[in-house]
Amino acid sequence: MKIIYRDKTWEMPGKITIRDAIKKVGLHPTAVLALRDGKLVTDDVVVGPDETIKLIAVVSGG
Amino acid sequence: MKCTKCGEPAVINMRQHRLGLCAEHFLEWVPTQVERAIEKYAMFAPGERVLVAVSGGKDSLSLWDILLRLGYPAEGIYINLGVPQGDYSNVSQQKVEQFAAQHGAAFRVVNVQAEYGQTIPQVAHRKRGRSTCSVCGLIKRHIMNQVTREGGYAVLATGHNLDDEAAVLFQNTLHWATGYLARQAPVLPASHVGLARKVKPLIRLYEREMAAYALVRGIDYIYEECPYSRGATTLFYKQLLDQLEETSPGAKQSFYLEFLQARAEGRLLSSEAGEVELHGCSHCGQPTTAPGLCAFCRLWQQEEVNHGDTEYAE
Repeated sequence: MKIIYRDKTWEMPGKITIRDAIKKVGLHPTAVLALRDGKLVTDDVVVGPDETIKLIAVVSGG
Repeated sequence: MKCTKCGEPAVINMRQHRLGLCAEHFLEWVPTQVERAIEKYAMFAPGERVLVAVSGGKDSLSLWDILLRLGYPAEGIYINLGVPQGDYSNVSQQKVEQFAAQHGAAFRVVNVQAEYGQTIPQVAHRKRGRSTCSVCGLIKRHIMNQVTREGGYAVLATGHNLDDEAAVLFQNTLHWATGYLARQAPVLPASHVGLARKVKPLIRLYEREMAAYALVRGIDYIYEECPYSRGATTLFYKQLLDQLEETSPGAKQSFYLEFLQARAEGRLLSSEAGEVELHGCSHCGQPTTAPGLCAFCRLWQQEEVNHGDTEYAE
């Protein structure tokens, strides 16, 4: 799977939950929301190798 | 995870409520939380004109959206601070203008430089010793108060969410800033002539829920943080509270909402806390708060009855 967060991208092989993927790239699961195909999904969703997840920081704006 | 209400795939898991919701039910649920806060804290009544302080961020635009959905006559005010990095202020203003156009909502813009001759960073540079955030807060409060009063609005509504309030409470508690602790509230009354009434209708909602609401609702908000807020102490406190929330879901919510409850009931640091009446335990004679057996003796009561070698009487 491919994970995109701000200007960074990570690649991960195999199937994995979004929650585990978030932890693997060093982010905190409560600090981000996950979008798959532009739709919000919960972090227990298992994602396959060909899918892309975009992470959105919870804290933003001014 | 499935939606607790309909079984469709959930878009958010709110562990503190043990509630997962799909997009449709989440968009229904959020306004009910806002309405609940408005009613519980008597923020404003239906029909009263509300001025929403909008920054172009997810919280304030979502608040505006929710108030309009709930049928309140809510208008916006955007203050252009003149933050030049990444054209931050102008991009933020565009987000507000876009939202207002899409919703047919009235708003006004106050440009600090056009109105007063200098941008916020320029004022902060001139006033060395004061942080940019401090100068910004001061100027925004002044302008928002003035526009609220002169425009004849009943209240000024701001997009402070529960995480914002919990972080401030944490900071005030760490420093035992009793003056601030006494004043931190969902409603700041118009306690003096010339002071506008201020309300925070999002105080029952986590920051995470507000970001999710904006995304699901399709609100285009300014995603980047203000360049001057990076490394701010409040952000650090939010991270600490999130760590607590991770192991103890609902910790942030109870920390803040129970603080409000305790203060409203006069339980916060009241002198009565030190005046508990004590009684002698009916079995061991040691002091206890309730008449009858003390907690220690109650602990062993069932054991001893089973052993049959001691008689206890309440």
